[in-house]
Amino acid sequence: MSEHEYTPKSKVGKWFNDRLPLLTLANHLTDYPTPKNLNYWWTFGGILTFCLITQIVTGLVLAMHYIAHADMAFQSVEHIMRDVNYGWLIRYIHANGASMFFLAVYIHIFRSLFYGSYKSPREVIWIIGIIIYLLMMAAAFLGYVLPWGQMSFWGATVITNLFSAIPLVGEGIVTWLWGGYSVDNPTLTRFFTLHYLIPFLILGLVVLHIWALHVPGNNNPIGIDIKKPSKDTVPFHPYIVIKDGFALLMFMIVFAFFVFYTPNILGHADNYIEANPLVTPAHIVPEWYLLPFYAILRSVPDKLLGVIAMLSAILILAALPWLDTSKIRSAVFRPLYKQFYWILVADVLILGYVGAMPAEGLYLLVARIATAYYFLHFLVVLPVLGFKERTTPVPLSITEPILGGSPNLAAVKKKDSFKDQ
Amino acid sequence: MKNFFRISFLIAIFLGFQFNSNAAEKVEYLKTDWSFKGMFGKFDRAALQRGYQVYQEVCSSCHSMKYLSYRNLVEEGGPEFSIEQAKAIAASFEVKDGPNADGEMFMRPGRLSDKFVMPYENEKAAQAANGGAYPPDMTVLVKARGDGVDYIYSLLQGYEDPPAGVTLDDGVYYNKYMYGNKIKMSNQLSDGLIEYSDGTNASVEQMSKDVTTFLMWTAEPHLETRHKMGFKAIIYLIILTVLVYFSMKRIWSRIETKV
Repeated sequence: MSEHEYTPKSKVGKWFNDRLPLLTLANHLTDYPTPKNLNYWWTFGGILTFCLITQIVTGLVLAMHYIAHADMAFQSVEHIMRDVNYGWLIRYIHANGASMFFLAVYIHIFRSLFYGSYKSPREVIWIIGIIIYLLMMAAAFLGYVLPWGQMSFWGATVITNLFSAIPLVGEGIVTWLWGGYSVDNPTLTRFFTLHYLIPFLILGLVVLHIWALHVPGNNNPIGIDIKKPSKDTVPFHPYIVIKDGFALLMFMIVFAFFVFYTPNILGHADNYIEANPLVTPAHIVPEWYLLPFYAILRSVPDKLLGVIAMLSAILILAALPWLDTSKIRSAVFRPLYKQFYWILVADVLILGYVGAMPAEGLYLLVARIATAYYFLHFLVVLPVLGFKERTTPVPLSITEPILGGSPNLAAVKKKDSFKDQ
Repeated sequence: MKNFFRISFLIAIFLGFQFNSNAAEKVEYLKTDWSFKGMFGKFDRAALQRGYQVYQEVCSSCHSMKYLSYRNLVEEGGPEFSIEQAKAIAASFEVKDGPNADGEMFMRPGRLSDKFVMPYENEKAAQAANGGAYPPDMTVLVKARGDGVDYIYSLLQGYEDPPAGVTLDDGVYYNKYMYGNKIKMSNQLSDGLIEYSDGTNASVEQMSKDVTTFLMWTAEPHLETRHKMGFKAIIYLIILTVLVYFSMKRIWSRIETKV
């Protein structure tokens, strides 16, 4: 893995490292050559690691006090909020942490889309990322069910019922998922088990995600291949560590604001009403981070096709490295792609908005247009753009941004004086 | 930077949308200034004590408060009754306990460790006594309504005669702030209904405000601690962020690249 052979200085260190090269790994991580021009959109990888660890640690404490039983879950959450020392803090961090996690992951994904980080040779990193994202959605959904409020119960009912759209075996699968004939105690206990399991699967995949990243190294804002280590790179420690740390602290200020001052604004009020199978809430809406997909689901009149559309909307991302035919990675040098990129961002925000609204009238029409455009972007715009677009000249390296086309006089001058020496 | 502005612009449009759509479908709630709002918000101790009195004398005959214990009345950040007062309050209730050595259930006076005594044995009994409508538990009621304290404060004062064309069934009342305007709880508050032990004039407005404040506390008993801790946490984070920022500048200056 490491570019140069590393030998620990101490005898004990060498003895240990020959048997398990942990020190070599640590050395690789600190020396890891990173492009020096990474901007702040690149700090979200570290922020996401922080989010995952926060969720696991707070979740662990919550699990010590939570009771996964249909008759006691709601009450045990109130017990955590009232009687457990700083239980309110732990729970609010966990609940808002889920939203913060998704906020960060969306920025991370859209950063990747802008700078073409999913393209060769980084396809595997990207696909592992999509799997992590899918698991995150599963974990978030399962976790939202655990407080056993009205939105928990009815959200679980709506989402599990999606499986009934599968021909022939659908109904059977739903009964199997529920562990009965409706969402009830068996459903809650298995959801709790899976909610506890998934974060550790994510953790394992994160290790693979980072491992796969360390093979080709980071992409960068100008999207060119760079030599490592070289003038274009800096060692991960201390340069990137301190920069990631700074960005993480800024993120934590926003996080703290939500936790301490508006802890319930991202949740739904109905979830403070205990689950009641006999009373259906007026509007059943998922958490904000799932709304775009909810809008896609509802914009298709047929149930099965709706489910297929929703799943395709996520899975299509896995095919992105092959759908995008452009050889240029960064949108900085792709004037047309840049426009379409921002249209896609707007499209997803619109989908999120209509996902929160009732599926009728103008909202439904907008949802349908936005859904159609979403698929159009990936299936038509991206493949065609790669062939048709006239890209602007790409620099040869980060330190010497000499454009292939019109010469940059200042840079040329500098290069000449360098030759003279 | 350009991208940053574009994103801000998109988010602004998005929020604007949301705000407009909300404004279109909602009624204007009655406004009052809540002492517990804002970064330094604290409960008004006297209002909490009066609010408890309103709950006790008016609401508690139908609405339970099942996640609250009498000991909570003494705790810091709440109404902060003295231990003697809270013990007297608890002792004024009969609590079912047992079984004793003979295997019998028995009644005894309440203690601080007891949960608030419920007005009905169970949900079915509550429904039977209230024309089929279940008076919701009040402990987290404020958080269970989208518009929280403003909604409850307004609702308590929102009873009026139904407009022409609206017919109401027996046991259904008109309230201009209730979702759908039809409510099964009759108007409970009237001026001078109770006599506040601190001598405050018990107007409908005053009682609504006091009891809503009390309900905010029952829903968020650690609100004051949360506000105080949040302020410290954020100040700490800001100072640390500034320090890390200058460290970062210093470290990156070694390679003369802007960060």
